[in-house]
Amino acid sequence: MDSALNILSYLSQGLWTTVSIFLAATFFSFVMAFFAGLCRVVKNPLVRGVTTAYVEIFRGTSLIVQLFWLYYAVPMLFGINLGSNWWVGVIAIALNYGAYMSEVVRSSVLSVDEGQTEAAIALNLSRVQRMRHVILPQALRLMLPEFGNYMIQILKGTALVSLIGLTDILYYGDIYRSTNLDEGPLAYLMVLIMYFIIALPLIWLSKKGEKISKKGVAG
Amino acid sequence: MEPVVQYKEVQKSFGDTHVLKGINLDIMPSEKIAIIGPSGSGKTTIIRLLMTLAEPTGGDILVDGKNLWKMEVNGKTKTANEKHLGAVRDDIGMVFQHFNLFPHKTILENCTLPLTSVQKMDKTEAEALAKQMLDRVGLGDKFEAYPANLSGGQKQRVAMARALVMKPKIMLFDEVTSALDPELVGEVLEVIRDLAAHEDMAMVLVTHEMEFALEIADRVLFLDEGVIAESGPADDVINKSENPRLQEFLKRFRSNGQS
Repeated sequence: MDSALNILSYLSQGLWTTVSIFLAATFFSFVMAFFAGLCRVVKNPLVRGVTTAYVEIFRGTSLIVQLFWLYYAVPMLFGINLGSNWWVGVIAIALNYGAYMSEVVRSSVLSVDEGQTEAAIALNLSRVQRMRHVILPQALRLMLPEFGNYMIQILKGTALVSLIGLTDILYYGDIYRSTNLDEGPLAYLMVLIMYFIIALPLIWLSKKGEKISKKGVAG
Repeated sequence: MEPVVQYKEVQKSFGDTHVLKGINLDIMPSEKIAIIGPSGSGKTTIIRLLMTLAEPTGGDILVDGKNLWKMEVNGKTKTANEKHLGAVRDDIGMVFQHFNLFPHKTILENCTLPLTSVQKMDKTEAEALAKQMLDRVGLGDKFEAYPANLSGGQKQRVAMARALVMKPKIMLFDEVTSALDPELVGEVLEVIRDLAAHEDMAMVLVTHEMEFALEIADRVLFLDEGVIAESGPADDVINKSENPRLQEFLKRFRSNGQS
């Protein structure tokens, strides 16, 4: 028990890295999700085409490869420095999950009844007003459960940043194991427990989202 | 007097299906028109084109002399863009078969939304006007209710109040009683009857309520296979026409006990 607590306190050195990357990546994932999701339902075929390409490329390749691309390849090929490792991690995760979540935005927007748009047109609301006052508020409730799921996935995805040298929970887990080889299983068990504890509020959130969503759009 | 709306050789096809095959129609200010006809004859399509919910594939629709679906850019005629449509459709309101109220907004908010967002009216003023209209349709006690808590008839009355706040010159009614339980039809017709009697706006009703059409319409159009097959005073069309297709349509209607 002592060593378990010991390990936990050792791992907690990485807590802030994991949590801060999670929070920032989640924030930018949402930004990307709404930006790309809404771009995919506009009339302009060029805008739609470019966003579709982004979404399919980032959904169709693995996050870890994207992470390495941003970390190793992009600076060499284009001379673009993305700032710290922390930013590379955040950007990679946000682009990847933003692509997935944009599909949630797109399909929710499209699943709002056509009659709602027609009523809004009949009242002469502009395109932007239709989206803002009529479609999005209804679509948002449909998005909630999926968003909860993706937030949990983003949290788990942050573990990959240890591969580009960021000192997150998993990184400290690895270090601990390599210096205390016989405690390896316990170390990784503690890593799991720590991620799970952070995930608990997210699980609660997504359950809550599901309930709101089930209640439908009324009231 | 100039017509408020003119249809000139208006056509509409969906793929190979020609729904409207050349509609010519003048709607005068404050005229009340009922459109009847078998299902699939294009009744609803006629008013959807005017509401800009569907684009005609041929011909012109003029609203107050302005071409609805076409605009001039540097002397060339182009398909209307959103801005042009927005400027013209301010004069047109519509009530739908399935109400299409905004479920996430209260009854009052449903009615103030177009006022605050389109007309940029301030909130207090918008609420006063919306309450006045809701009172008029008999829902003065339901401001804070959500659509889900209303009966079909109440929903349809809210939908009418919502369209009315915009003070349209032409109001379109798309089979507004078809989705209602029979016992709720009366309260909706009552409101329309009141509007027809006291409002200056032109009204176009796509309807299956023959008796009602006879009662309030200045003119009845019988639409058949994409053309206006009969047009005239309600009594002439419904009771005196010798058009065999119309006879057959009315007979089928009466035998269904709906008239």
